Amino acid sequence: MTVVGSTPAPAPTPAPAAGQFREFVTPEGVDLRLRVGAAGERAAAFLLDAVFIVTTLVVFVLLVGFAGAALASLGVEELRNGLGSAVFIVWLLGFFFLRNFYFVFFELSARAATPGKRILGLRVAARDGGRLTSEAVFARNAMREIEVFLPLTFLLASGAAGDDPVAGWVMLLGILWTGGFALFPLFNRDRLRVGDFVAGTWVVKSPREKLTIDLLDAQETAQGGFVFTADQAGAYGIKELHVLEDVLRRKDAKTMAAVAERIRAKIAWRVQSGETDASFLSAYYAALRGRLETRLLFGHRRKDKFDKA
Amino acid sequence: MKALQLKSRRFRAEREGDWRRLESLLARVEGRSAAGLSDEELLAIPVLYRATLSSLSVARATSLDHALIDYLESLSTRAYFFVYGTRAGIGTRLGRFFRETWPAAVRGLWRETLVSLAITIAAAVVGYILVSGDPSWFGGMVGEGLASGRDPTATTAFLRHTLYDDGGKQAPLALLATYLFSHNAQIAIFAFALGFAFCLPTAFLLAQNGLMLGAFFALFVSHGLGFELGGWIFIHGVTELFAIILGGAAGFRIGWRVAFPGDRTRLDAAAEAGRAAAPVVAGVVLMLVVAGLLEGFARQLIQNDWARYAIAISSLIIWTGYFYLPRRTGPRAPILSGSGRAA
Repeated sequence: MTVVGSTPAPAPTPAPAAGQFREFVTPEGVDLRLRVGAAGERAAAFLLDAVFIVTTLVVFVLLVGFAGAALASLGVEELRNGLGSAVFIVWLLGFFFLRNFYFVFFELSARAATPGKRILGLRVAARDGGRLTSEAVFARNAMREIEVFLPLTFLLASGAAGDDPVAGWVMLLGILWTGGFALFPLFNRDRLRVGDFVAGTWVVKSPREKLTIDLLDAQETAQGGFVFTADQAGAYGIKELHVLEDVLRRKDAKTMAAVAERIRAKIAWRVQSGETDASFLSAYYAALRGRLETRLLFGHRRKDKFDKA
Repeated sequence: MKALQLKSRRFRAEREGDWRRLESLLARVEGRSAAGLSDEELLAIPVLYRATLSSLSVARATSLDHALIDYLESLSTRAYFFVYGTRAGIGTRLGRFFRETWPAAVRGLWRETLVSLAITIAAAVVGYILVSGDPSWFGGMVGEGLASGRDPTATTAFLRHTLYDDGGKQAPLALLATYLFSHNAQIAIFAFALGFAFCLPTAFLLAQNGLMLGAFFALFVSHGLGFELGGWIFIHGVTELFAIILGGAAGFRIGWRVAFPGDRTRLDAAAEAGRAAAPVVAGVVLMLVVAGLLEGFARQLIQNDWARYAIAISSLIIWTGYFYLPRRTGPRAPILSGSGRAA
């Protein structure tokens, strides 16, 4: 199922801001504007997963070891030998499967994210918008061999190289070479690691926004007889409206006072009796939004206060 | 009272119920699995998803409530991933993998497979000729640990002994099989990943493997044990070498497409190659399970040369038949490019 296709995307994409949003058009033709996971988040998610894997292994070995020791104390010679190898087999298989399939298993689940990614609000998606296939998940994780384990091997081996200068240089070259794979995400815009590159995937933010109250509801309960003239209500544009919205949602008294001050000055507002900063701002927000939205319906999108549209 | 007349507000009041319903359904689906929902609820999700998408479009065009648009974007994204995500059960997926995906992917890599095979054979021949001419080459091709006494100074009796008795003291067979499997599988995955570095390291890995094979043969043939060694190696080696050759082929496909993407962008070419090659590597891991079992159990339990050869030859027939025989079932058999020609 390819996504970029038949239906053209509706045009009004408001300038690719900040460079972190990526166009991602669904088959229905709506751009979801995905955000790419930052390098720091990706690294943190991986470290968390690494910690989970190591912890699991340690707990697992301890459990198997204790069970083995308990049974071995029963004292039957044959049993003890059998147990020793059974413990070792379990360890070998556990290590192999955790190393290779921990990531595959979780990324194939409904959330397409390992526990580490889930904690950081990340998930894996196919870059072309199609299904995240098991092939892609397998490929992106098989590549971890050269991104993580190969550099690690060189790092560990370099410690063992000792004083031999030739071996030292070889190790240095090896570390530089494999470091290139490990740091691959830093050299491209979409923070693709080698595995993403090969599998056609990327890692995007999947935040869980809560539906907050409409600020207009708050304004209604606040009441107050604020009446703004057309000029006053039209002093600002959409950008300023969004700043005001943030200020109102954050409810920081100091900021509200400062912002109210600026707006009053700008629109030459005469302070009425019993008027608080909060009630003024919230009334002004309602008035400004009302005006801008009405104009929007007529096709005028006023970007900011400098926009004369 | 002016606020009530705002269209964006009425719009929100009318649709909010749908959004919340979708949100709660998604929370349940993401929490466990789609199995927790009734058919009715499951069918409601795509409908609610499309309604929310349309809300998002409307909100972007008419509402200036920033928080609302953020919410709708996040909700639509979550729903999108569910609606267009994979929901086939693990059983269905595995069935498809064995019936179609794996053999088709292997057929799709036939060119790379031939290259891998050629490198391995060439390296084995070179290794054989070098060691036959001058046994001192042996040490350079086979590590001391791996040789474990099987070097040019060893006696014929000792070499024969390694082929049949396996050192006298019995390591538990299951342990041996497990160790061999996890070790070899790691190398196969590694060969695949290394392909990304423009094929060269993968070729090196394959050549090393081939040289070692050739060197061992030269050593044992010089003691008149060539036929016996063949049985000892190929009983599992057919499966194992085949797997390693396929792993190498998968690496080659990726390295080659990254280096020479043709008329596509490098990004697209790499992604396409990765998806074509990944099932092969996943399958290689399974082949190495079989190889580990054959090496750990069958080789220790079967001491007759002819029986060993019989297993070797039948495994070759089974694998090649499974991968390369044209099949009628499955209307969508030739999914990958090149599979048609190979079949």
